[in-house]
Amino acid sequence: MTPEKPARPSDDELAALSREGRWRVISTVAASGAGHIGGPLSAMDLLISLYFGELRIDPAQPQHPDRDRFILSKGHNAIGLYSVLAMRGFFPLDELATFDRGDSRLQGHPDMKLTPGVDASSGSLGQGLSAGAGMALAARRLGKTFHTWVMLGDGELEEGMVWESVISAPRYGLDNLTAIVDLNGLQQFGWPRQEHDRFDRSEPMGHTDLEAVFTGFGWRPIRIDGHDFGAIRRAFDEATGARGSDGRPSVILADTAKGRGVSFAEGAYRWHNGVATDAQLAVAHAELGFPDPQPEPPKESIR
Amino acid sequence: MRSQRQVWGDTLVELVRGDDRVVVIDGDLATSTMASRVAEQHPDAFIQAGIAEQSMVGMAFGMSTLGYRPWLSSFGVFLTHRALDQVRMLVAQTGAPVRIAASYAGLLNGSSGKTHQDIEDLAIMRAMPGMTVVAPADEFEAAAAIRWADTFAGPVYLRLARDAVAPVFDSDYRFELGAVRTVREGADLALVSTGVQTSRTLAAAELLEAHGISARVVHAPTIKPLDPAGLLAAAGGAPLVISVEEHTVIGGLGSLVAELFADHGVTTPLFRIGLADEWSESAPNDFLLHKHGLSPRRVCEQVLARLRQ
Repeated sequence: MTPEKPARPSDDELAALSREGRWRVISTVAASGAGHIGGPLSAMDLLISLYFGELRIDPAQPQHPDRDRFILSKGHNAIGLYSVLAMRGFFPLDELATFDRGDSRLQGHPDMKLTPGVDASSGSLGQGLSAGAGMALAARRLGKTFHTWVMLGDGELEEGMVWESVISAPRYGLDNLTAIVDLNGLQQFGWPRQEHDRFDRSEPMGHTDLEAVFTGFGWRPIRIDGHDFGAIRRAFDEATGARGSDGRPSVILADTAKGRGVSFAEGAYRWHNGVATDAQLAVAHAELGFPDPQPEPPKESIR
Repeated sequence: MRSQRQVWGDTLVELVRGDDRVVVIDGDLATSTMASRVAEQHPDAFIQAGIAEQSMVGMAFGMSTLGYRPWLSSFGVFLTHRALDQVRMLVAQTGAPVRIAASYAGLLNGSSGKTHQDIEDLAIMRAMPGMTVVAPADEFEAAAAIRWADTFAGPVYLRLARDAVAPVFDSDYRFELGAVRTVREGADLALVSTGVQTSRTLAAAELLEAHGISARVVHAPTIKPLDPAGLLAAAGGAPLVISVEEHTVIGGLGSLVAELFADHGVTTPLFRIGLADEWSESAPNDFLLHKHGLSPRRVCEQVLARLRQ
């Protein structure tokens, strides 16, 4: 049976799930000894909204041929995806503790051959959108009605290959394809502007009018606040509702904050990746209000 | 006498006719690669990706996850160099059934010069885990290899030449992955060759015969996976082994034979003929083959010089 769209949780429920996802990111990276924080947190509200309110998927049949597809093109945010996949039931929550360790199904970057629920391997930036375009094109040729989603980072838009796909996808009429750009405004080491103001929140690609650019290439841009669940929901509806209409793929340009939800990481480029100390974990836990019982991150580290 | 690209275009037309999961993704070079024959006769099986080789590879991967068996159609150099990361990440690492038809591979590409020559592809592609690398000798082996690749479960890199060569095999040829073919017997030395160079190497062996030299010619159509026992049996017992390839001598067939000999303690002297560590230029085929020592006459001369040492 084709997977159905889940009943949409309330905004409060989504917020609680997002807080849990953020806590799992921070605590898992702390236990692992390395990993990305900023991007997984900026994208968490979008990922939670997708996996709990939008994607037609079945954790019991992760390879269902008619499932919606999701590609995390910004593959270094793997721990964000793994946290949500585990919460959604694709694998046990305690498996998160194996993240980035030897013989683990949870690699530092998503591996479709290993992790249930991962539709495409990723990690070399720029490649996900063309892979998604191939899936959407194949779906159309085969008469399948599933939707293909690809999440990119704003820094990733600097990769030339992204624009090959941006140029070509409208030519195939892929209105069954939606790109989500996590516009958190920070890269690993920023976009140099001037000597004493190296990290300008308006960069990277901030100098570009992305709505105009995507419109010019034949896409349907939808600009939203990426932390507003109502706006995210309406954007998803607009993108999927356009399927079969005018052949334009949709792009959701989601303004977000890197490190969102945790005071010491929010807006701080140094938390692109990072390992929280015990004190920082306590701060994060308090700020995220993770419900009891508090999950204890494994203390041993192989690093 | 048909070129390998003609064979590829014609064979693909037959393959797409028999199976709608076979598609050709073109990088706007269809009239050169002969993918145009598919576009003309079966437009539904033809996808124009535009001048965007990286996107081509991504799309092929994406389609393969839904059961398609895509063929990528471009000049080899754009697939093995420009889209190398995409081939490595999306095709080789995932084991996707994507077929890379590297047209215009090697040195000879219609006088386009070094921008379009691919003289490093064998070294690059054989170093990539999970990639199968095949370099057929002529039209008949190309046709058989294309049909074989279509049914293979994983990624395939197929090295195809632009221009026709004198046939090495005949129309009954059956491709067998990894098999090494002795295409000429001889006792004085073994010439080991791959791709369309084998045709020219056979011609060189004929010239050597006139000098009283009996040269065996061993053709290795499969660069990876290699049949070590087969290659050792075919070449290892000769007093001298000389590799000949339309490729840089760094990392290609000659390097492969050297590695094999070292691994198995074979002490037969080995001499490698191919492009030195240098760039070529745009010029007619005969000029380039002569200049880089790959014409039958120049191969013959190098063998004689080696024997005199």
